[in-house]
Amino acid sequence: MDYAINEMEQETLNATRELAQKKLKPLRAEMDAKEQFSKEMYEEFRKSGMFGLWLPEKYGGLGGGITCLAMAFEELSRVCAGLALTPGTSALGAIPMFLAATPQQRERWCYDLASGKKLWAFALTEPEAGSDATALKTTAIKDGDYYVVNGTKHFISTGKEADFYTVIVNTNPSRGPRGISMLVVEKGTEGFTFGKKEEKMGIRTNPTYELIFDNVRVPKENLLGSEGRGLLYVQETLDYSRPGVAAQAVGIAQGALDETIPYLRTRKQFGQPIITFQALAHKVAELAAKTEAGRALVYTLTHKMDQEFLPAVKAAMENNTTVHDELKKIKGGRWTKYSAMAKLFCANTAMEVADECVTLCGGVAYMRDFPLEKYMRDAKITQIYEGTVHIQKNEIIAALIKEYAAKGE
Amino acid sequence: MHILACVKQTPKSDNVKIDPATGCLIRSGVESAMNPFDEYALEEAVCLKEQLGGFVSVMTMGPAAAENVLRDSIARGADKAYQLGDMAFAGSDTWATSYALSKGAEKINAEMKIDLIICGKQTNDSDTGHIGPQISAWLGWPNAAFVRRIVEAGEKSITVERLTEDGTEVLELPYPCVISVVKEISNPRVRSVKGRMAAKRAEVTKWTADDIGADKNKLGVKNCPTRVVKSFAPKRDGNAVVVQGANGKEKAAKLVELLKENKYI
Amino acid sequence: MKEWKNVWIFAQTARGKLSPTAYELLNAGRKLADDLGEKLCAVLLGSDVKKFAQDMFDHGADAVYVCDAAQLENYVDDVYAKTLSDMIACYKPNKFLLPATNLGRSLSAKTAILAKTGLTADATEVVIHKEDGQLHATRPTFGGNLMATITCAHTRPEMCSLRPMAYAKSAKETGRKGEVIEFAFDEGKFTSLAKFLQFIKSEGEGLDLSEAEIIVAGGRGLGKPEGFALLEKLARRLGGAVAASRAPVDSGWIEYRRQIGLTGRTVKPKLYIACGISGQIQHMAGCSGSDVIVAINKDPNAPIMKMAHYAVEGDLYEVIPAMLEALGE
Repeated sequence: MDYAINEMEQETLNATRELAQKKLKPLRAEMDAKEQFSKEMYEEFRKSGMFGLWLPEKYGGLGGGITCLAMAFEELSRVCAGLALTPGTSALGAIPMFLAATPQQRERWCYDLASGKKLWAFALTEPEAGSDATALKTTAIKDGDYYVVNGTKHFISTGKEADFYTVIVNTNPSRGPRGISMLVVEKGTEGFTFGKKEEKMGIRTNPTYELIFDNVRVPKENLLGSEGRGLLYVQETLDYSRPGVAAQAVGIAQGALDETIPYLRTRKQFGQPIITFQALAHKVAELAAKTEAGRALVYTLTHKMDQEFLPAVKAAMENNTTVHDELKKIKGGRWTKYSAMAKLFCANTAMEVADECVTLCGGVAYMRDFPLEKYMRDAKITQIYEGTVHIQKNEIIAALIKEYAAKGE
Repeated sequence: MHILACVKQTPKSDNVKIDPATGCLIRSGVESAMNPFDEYALEEAVCLKEQLGGFVSVMTMGPAAAENVLRDSIARGADKAYQLGDMAFAGSDTWATSYALSKGAEKINAEMKIDLIICGKQTNDSDTGHIGPQISAWLGWPNAAFVRRIVEAGEKSITVERLTEDGTEVLELPYPCVISVVKEISNPRVRSVKGRMAAKRAEVTKWTADDIGADKNKLGVKNCPTRVVKSFAPKRDGNAVVVQGANGKEKAAKLVELLKENKYI
Repeated sequence: MKEWKNVWIFAQTARGKLSPTAYELLNAGRKLADDLGEKLCAVLLGSDVKKFAQDMFDHGADAVYVCDAAQLENYVDDVYAKTLSDMIACYKPNKFLLPATNLGRSLSAKTAILAKTGLTADATEVVIHKEDGQLHATRPTFGGNLMATITCAHTRPEMCSLRPMAYAKSAKETGRKGEVIEFAFDEGKFTSLAKFLQFIKSEGEGLDLSEAEIIVAGGRGLGKPEGFALLEKLARRLGGAVAASRAPVDSGWIEYRRQIGLTGRTVKPKLYIACGISGQIQHMAGCSGSDVIVAINKDPNAPIMKMAHYAVEGDLYEVIPAMLEALGE
């Protein structure tokens, strides 16, 4: 369905569809089997401008918003959710920077970010701080013009491949969660090393690493925003990035249907194409309806977000302020509830669709020669990262309670 | 660095059909696109621009509809597009076509000095591979054909690897020069969103034979040295011996037997 | 036009070796010269190439034009084309055949402009038209879907590059005599802007395709790059070389140098075994001159199954190992 998209969004769809079919599809099975990051695909993403979709033209970006980013992520994930993470996680790592960065910091980082010359990654999760981000133990203690970082992050997507890491640290452990801040740590900084590479169920082409910080001296110019406000930026980031995960989930669901429906139309049993069996046909219809409902929610939400995000970016560029400050000026509210709803619904839909599609196609879909089992493995991550589906429910109910309490009901 | 890529709109090769009665090409309903070899040339031009900085111009000669191939070039990263269009060009062979293109290049060169002209090694319709070397001949510039790699694009010269049947030759050409490239040279990108939007808005500079100061006595079907006197569909064989056998193994054994019997192995 | 006489062929040399295309051109040119009642002349350009003159006579040339200079040791377009066009202006040949090798294609194109004459590319057949004595060159176009016969009525010489292997080599007749005409290389006139730096021999192992008598070629039907290892085994067992259609080259499974077809190379081995190749006309253009073509394909309706001499319907991964077995160690 057409979600009243503008020309730029339409061309984003055209470009990403072509890219996915021509470049991603021939690589996905091999890279998934090898569990390898694809430098070749990284270069293709770079050449096709996939890293700058959401960034201002000044930096070489397209000037699109959250919708363009989400659409690209959907279309790429529709073919390979793993390789799609190369631009996907770079955006996730860079969104908090872009929101909180001063104009000087934007100048420093955004050109290479938009061109794709440098990859970004987001480092929040720790062995003992998963859903509870407030429990994080990585510290960054001020020492003259530097912060000295110590601690371990794990399960970091695009680890080792990324050049810049937006690391959530505690700059003032005595203040607990109110000491949490954001620092940009560059790969190659002394004391910053990579630990274990994880072996995963799905999204295998995207490397997941442990990051180890051992007395890493990071210049104070790499602090994003002000000290102690890290959790606020993280929440704001997740509000913008969760619709992206939801879009990825829609892409996975759509991709699974793309593989399934032609198979059901051509596979014959008992003398007829199996899609003519009503039990199967109705299941497919239901899955397709849920997928479309998810898509409708995602793009309704991102379009609404863009109505704030794009003017805020424009104002920040004109007024030499941070995007975060401009967003505050435009509107006090947050998108937490709807972002959580989109991610919850779409992730669960993707998992259901992929699972059911494997069942619908039967034995062939269980085999690795057929791409469906990969969709099922890849779908699972959307229920987990950037907050599990249960955390999304917490966000939703917390918002609802607040709303009703405010109305005194 | 100012690079001029020469491109041509040609039929998508897969769709070419010949009328068996007349032996002529059926042109109606045939989809056109950029000559695939030109995609490699343009991609290399854009890669050079990205690495070294510079400007990529693109030029084609052809009817009004050939404007599409120029817009496509903009979408793939070219900066400015020129179209040579004139009834006087119609029916030109490679001699006359390369003359017109060289005149176009001279005019572009007068606007902004050209360092390098890149062409695909040949087109998928006429398959001659003449245009690159011939443009260089008209302009009096050095050239290399069948270039598979640019070793280095320096300040004053470019070093290239040229493919031969038995290996590779390395040559250094001073600017301005002309190279025609094989597909090994680059991996054409998928057109970016920005490129697609720029393509729609781009202004295409259109020049006639007079605009480029071309001598009309050197153009068009009447004035070019070669002429097609006959065209026909090639003959096909159709008498294969089907090697029999119950399975692959039996057939393989039978085949080996047949080849030995006839002294092919 | 009367002063333009004789049929020239360009005898390509490189790195001290004469290209076999010279004999093919002598064969094609001999017939043209006889039909016209003119002389057949070979042109040698290079360093220390005069020694090939007798070989040219032995293979049918009546005269040999030589420009022998150290500066011509390696092929550089501008200096070769300028020298050649000056020789044309000086001796006024009627017809001029060059090989459609990489060198010949580039050289013929540039020379035609400098000599202000027409050129037909990559012809597969050349004849003298009886009525007007013009050269009729027939060549495939549109990816081999259409054959076109091309003439050059008003300018001389009528130039044409001839596809390698389109003609057989001329027979050798030892002791034939002919005239050697030397053309002086004038350093002041023929300086090149381009610099030849070095030659790197192809790093690929195995036999060169143009020398191979047996070629085992793979196509899209291989399904994976590893398939070429199997073809390599068969090629090695038969003493042949491995080649490919366009699809595997585009997928990066094998180097471009190994591509057979209109946009790759033309080969003419004794035996051509096409494995998992559908037989698009573009591919067949590069191998149809083979003495015998064997097609191994899963699809009995693939075009190649009709064009081949022997068609084997089956999975190449089953057929080839069985062939190896049948061939013994």
